[in-house]
Parts: sequence; structure tokens; C-alpha cells
Amino acid sequence: MSARVQTEPFDLGAEIANFGAGAGAVVTFSGLVRDEGGRLVALEIEHYPGMTEKALDTYGRMAAERFGLSDWLIIHRHGRLDVGAPIMMVATASRHRAAAFQGAEFLMDWLKSRAPFWKREITLDGPGEWVDAVETDEDALSRW
Amino acid sequence: MVVDVLYFAWLRERIGQPRERIETEAATVRDLVDQLAAMDDWHAAALSDLSAVRVAIDQELADLDARIAGAREIAFFPPMTGG
Repeated sequence: MSARVQTEPFDLGAEIANFGAGAGAVVTFSGLVRDEGGRLVALEIEHYPGMTEKALDTYGRMAAERFGLSDWLIIHRHGRLDVGAPIMMVATASRHRAAAFQGAEFLMDWLKSRAPFWKREITLDGPGEWVDAVETDEDALSRW
Repeated sequence: MVVDVLYFAWLRERIGQPRERIETEAATVRDLVDQLAAMDDWHAAALSDLSAVRVAIDQELADLDARIAGAREIAFFPPMTGG
């Protein structure tokens, strides 16, 4: 039951090697930097130190309570991340699979719209536009 | 009172600094925005469309009508794009 914010890469396999011991189900999700049809070189991810850690911890606890998760893990990176690099991961563990799937989706919906990260595109020409929030991400929150 | 005002992403760029210390008598976030926007053209431009601005008081998300009495840190930023 932990959340981490870091610039370093993470190893998804190593992170879940001892995750959720005793659970019947483990779900993981990992988000990568898309190439956007070859247009993108990297993303630069900014965050709000202090608030980010608190927010991730809060959302993890919310998910654990709501879905009865026996374990959860959130890792989110910041700084410059090249195309193909892992940006973040969540893992959830529970007795049965439905809670682990739902817990992971719940966490992703909250992280998308309520965790203080901002992405900027880096193209072949250098730093480009800040990525706009997507309305469907905001809408996704309402289902919870 | 004195508050630290923080800016992130394009708000930080448009205003030209990541944080500043502000002496204010503002009662709500909206009052503070009015004060900041009156400081210079950069603040005014960055804070002109509040539908594109989110706010946190002492690192908790809040809305524009939230009261700021006792706050130490108020942050302004665009809608978040995590995940």
C-alpha cells in the first residue's frame, strides 16, 4: 500500500514480484509515452511536489476502502520521458478479480483528472504544446 | 495575511515565475485572482479564462469560491493530465 513519485524508470515485473501476497487476484496497468504517429520525441511531465504524493496516497486509500483491496501500488514518473518509456503504473490486489479490475480503473480515472501532473509534448522541433485535458477523462470520474 | 502563490505548467510560463509571496486581504480564491490579475499584464493574461484554471489551497483541490483565511499556500494550474 504505497505511492511513489520519481524520475527514475521502474521495473514492472520487479515491482509486483512480492505484491499482494495471499490475494487471489492482481491487476496491473502501465501507461507508456505514445509516439503520436511519429510526431513526438518525448513528454516532459511537471508535477506539484508535496501535493502529488498526498493525492496519490489519498486515492490509493479510497480505492482500498471502496473495493476491499488487500494491497495497492501507484508509481508515477516526472521529468523528460522518451517515447515508449513507462510513465506510470498501478497495481491492485484483492480476493477476487472484479475488485482488482475495478480498483485499478478507479485509480486510473482519478489519476488522469485529479493528480497534479501536467504533460508537455517534445517534438523534433523542441518543446511544444502542453497536453490539454480530455473531457472524457473528466466524465469517466462521474461513473464512480 | 501573507500567502505563497504557486503556478504550474502554462500558468507558470505566462506569469514568468513558479511562485511569489503575496500580501492579501482577499476573502476567497476569486478575490485573490482579482488582486493578482490587477498586478500586471502577464498575470491578467494567465488568469483571464478561469474555466481553464484549477486551484489548490494548502495542497488540497478547492474551488474559486473557497475561503482562504489561514491558508499558507495557494496554487493555480491548468486541468491536470496525469496517468
